[in-house]
Amino acid sequence: MSKRFLYVNRKAPYGTIYALESLEVVLIGAAFEQDVSLAFLDDGVFQLTRGQQTDELGVKNFSPTYKALGDYDVNKIYVERESLEARGLTLDDLLPLTYEDEDDDWAEKDSIKLVSAAELAEIMEAQDVVLSF
Amino acid sequence: MKFSILVSEGPYTHEAADTAYNFTKAALEKGHEIFRIFFYHDGVNNGTRLATPPQDDRNIVNRWSTLAQEHDIDLVLCVAAAQRRGIADADEARRNGKDADNMAPGFRISGLGQLIEAGIEADRLITFGD
Repeated sequence: MSKRFLYVNRKAPYGTIYALESLEVVLIGAAFEQDVSLAFLDDGVFQLTRGQQTDELGVKNFSPTYKALGDYDVNKIYVERESLEARGLTLDDLLPLTYEDEDDDWAEKDSIKLVSAAELAEIMEAQDVVLSF
Repeated sequence: MKFSILVSEGPYTHEAADTAYNFTKAALEKGHEIFRIFFYHDGVNNGTRLATPPQDDRNIVNRWSTLAQEHDIDLVLCVAAAQRRGIADADEARRNGKDADNMAPGFRISGLGQLIEAGIEADRLITFGD
């Protein structure tokens, strides 16, 4: 019996290591065939922004890895609307994350779903395991 | 109830290690089971035997080792996080060509799969950190 795992990402991608090490857990966890969802809120929404440029920081830009999540069957990616709006961002500022739906003739679909804080609370409530980074 | 614990912050800098320890002690005293304690991020620094806190302070590392010994608790340091931060057991040190190891007794080093398994096997996985 699989469990519902939610990975909550609340911090900016650089400045601390939490975002990178969270992504490492998600990639390893994908091999366990659990029901996986990701949530991005607070400064965590910056993790998914397009056009990240880290050369001047001297750290690796790991954002392209998010695009591989669909291949790992990680395709429920919730972004909190309030956090996005508070930072002056829209969906167009985020990476186009997609997956191929095996139940719909492998049609390419968007992984990102914009949800309100209240909706996100319900999603959290429905989980078995919540890991917050 | 069967608990798993995730410690995601280092000792002394952050209270997470103390709270996780106190929670674990209290849970055991109430007859609960601790499936595993997993150390991630700077939490892996809970597992260095080279820590030497002042004598009038608590010794967080020794406290974990004693807990593992007395209650047969599985203390796991994430290998990727440990490598980044210079925590190694004898095998890891040899494999990576290091001249020393520093893992404290009662701990072991393993992969992130152990954290996922801890979430699957326990009734509750509790995170101590920010």
